Amino acid sequence: MIKALTFTFICFISFYSCSEDKDDKVTQANITLNFNHSWNNTPVTNMGFNTVQFINENGEELSITKLRYLISRISLENTLGEKFTLNGYNLVDVTNNSNLSFTPTNTIPTGTYNKVSFIFGFNNEDNYNNNYQDLNSASWFVPTMLGGGYHYMQLEGKFIDNTETETGYAYHAIRAIDNSGTTPVFKDTFFEVNLGEITISNDTQLNINMNIAEWFKNPKTWDLNILNNMLMPNFDAQILMFENGQSVFKLKSINP
Amino acid sequence: MKTWKFYISIFFISSNIACSNKDETPYIPTPSPLNIPELFENNILAPIIPVNNPQTTEGVLLGKKLFFDPILSQDNSLACADCHAAENAFSDSNRFSEGIDGSLGNRNSMPLFNLAWNYDEKFFWDGNTFSLEHQAFVPVTDPAEMKSTWNQVEQKLQQHQEYPKLFQQAFGTSIIDSTLVTKAIAQFERTLISSNSKFDKYLLGEVELSPQELNGFNVFMDETRGDCFHCHGSDKNPLWTDQIFHNNGLDETFSDLGLGLITGDPADNGKFKSPSLRNLAFTAPYMHDGRFTTLEEVINHYSKGLKNSSTIDPLMKKVAQGGVSLTAQDKADLKAFLLALSDYEFISNPAFNNQ
Ligand code: HEC
Ligand code: HEC
Repeated sequence: MIKALTFTFICFISFYSCSEDKDDKVTQANITLNFNHSWNNTPVTNMGFNTVQFINENGEELSITKLRYLISRISLENTLGEKFTLNGYNLVDVTNNSNLSFTPTNTIPTGTYNKVSFIFGFNNEDNYNNNYQDLNSASWFVPTMLGGGYHYMQLEGKFIDNTETETGYAYHAIRAIDNSGTTPVFKDTFFEVNLGEITISNDTQLNINMNIAEWFKNPKTWDLNILNNMLMPNFDAQILMFENGQSVFKLKSINP
Repeated sequence: MKTWKFYISIFFISSNIACSNKDETPYIPTPSPLNIPELFENNILAPIIPVNNPQTTEGVLLGKKLFFDPILSQDNSLACADCHAAENAFSDSNRFSEGIDGSLGNRNSMPLFNLAWNYDEKFFWDGNTFSLEHQAFVPVTDPAEMKSTWNQVEQKLQQHQEYPKLFQQAFGTSIIDSTLVTKAIAQFERTLISSNSKFDKYLLGEVELSPQELNGFNVFMDETRGDCFHCHGSDKNPLWTDQIFHNNGLDETFSDLGLGLITGDPADNGKFKSPSLRNLAFTAPYMHDGRFTTLEEVINHYSKGLKNSSTIDPLMKKVAQGGVSLTAQDKADLKAFLLALSDYEFISNPAFNNQ
């Protein structure tokens, strides 16, 4: 009988020997970012795509057919001035309901952080110094003639234009480039989203909301009749996106 | 003593289950991993090879024989290769392909290459079938194609002089069933890799492009001109397709609902999988229904011929004007660039031909 038990035990061990070891060190925690989306106060998921049902600040009725965007460099700074940057980047794909939740592979020490932030898009170092197989496979690249690198966001849909015609828009955010002169002029349009002070005592989920309406609203009212397509090479449009993007993300709640 | 042996074997079985999912096979065919082209390796994710159907020399050889063998059709008259001919990059130069009884389907045959890089594994124009193995089940029994039954095919293969031995060599069993047939075909199809176009060689620094081809590439990448790269790849995505379903403005109303027929969602009506732009020199006619016989017609469609509908892709711009109105020069250059994506080594590769 003892033999049998021992063997059952060994079998059990061998069963588990291939699964990952998880250390339950209390001093280290995982951070998960959950991305939710809304049109002002109305939650938006891909279920609400493809129907003209939102009205932007400028008064255009519109639909969303695609929304995906890149976030990177989740960082935490404590009161001692120590900065921890978590690994990886995440292509949030609302259209396909995927990557709405992102848990970087490395952990951070528990404690209070006076600043938790991430980058919307890629900073220049990340944007240009790497060839990302996953992002290339997702057709997320930016043409070399526009400086190369990667998109920050693709927001697409239809709106009712001022001739009452349903018209497509492609609100694509990239690093601003002005190609009109002999040498291209760039301006940085990635930005840091500051989620504020957070105390982390355990594995923590940060519930973040993107208010899509803000992209069309604050501080500049966006007129889709003028700016609906071919926005990637449009330097001024990229600056507008950058300005309006500052207010789109909010930390809504923290679990646990 | 006996119980001891019993425990040992239980131990091995359980640790085996824990660490891998492989069945115990007494016979192991020769592994033959795919040769991943440099540009693919550098730029895109690894190909999809199912764990239960690894590439082997014997499997690929068997799959090739099956692909070219009309034995899979009811009256032994039609092979996969009849609608997927090597000289057409494994497509059909006819608009619609003839089944064994002369009946025609309503879609243009699709070229077959780089299929292992179809990451979502959705096959057919409307993506209705998941995985290459499952896809191979379909034509054999399709009444408009091979019109056979798997029972009949299995029997014919089993009674054949060579096949039982070839299945033995490929899979370690001479008992032939449909699953093994589709596995072998899928292995062969995964070897159909096209990566030696002029443009590939340009990217590898081996050849120069003509000024026309270079301008054509710029038209392709320029958001204010062709703007093709959002759906059809680029120097960063050598597949030359996003493998996503779009309505590219062919029709105002749809006789073929495409993706909409599969999902039941009206928002998907008229959407089809973006085809790769590799090998266009060999794959005419174009579009899911083969409506365009030349690349000029295709380019004119994007330039001036767009038709509005509720599901047309937002990336199809200036629909009211029929499209982006390319200049005659840009159109000609775009065509020259598209042709530079054709891979002449691929269509003449002896490994893919029925010598
Ligand atoms: C009668 C002509 C015909 C025959 C025979 C035929 N096919 Fe096809 N094949 C087609 C057509 C037409 C399509 C596109 C159909 C659609 O999308 O509805 C297609 C699509 C495919 C695709 C999908 C490719 C992609 O990228 O999604 C694969 C793979 C394929 N065929 C493999 C085979 C194999 C393997 C066989 C033999 C077992 C075979 N075909 C026999 C006509 C044929
Ligand atoms: C919105 C995505 C999208 C854009 C942008 C786009 N295409 Fe397409 N393309 C498609 C889809 C989807 C199909 C297949 C449509 C069908 O058959 O119903 C297609 C088909 C084609 C085909 C036919 C290929 C074949 O094997 O049948 C060619 C050639 C082509 N496109 C070239 C271009 C060019 C050149 C441009 C730029 C001027 C372009 N496309 C822009 C999505 C797109």
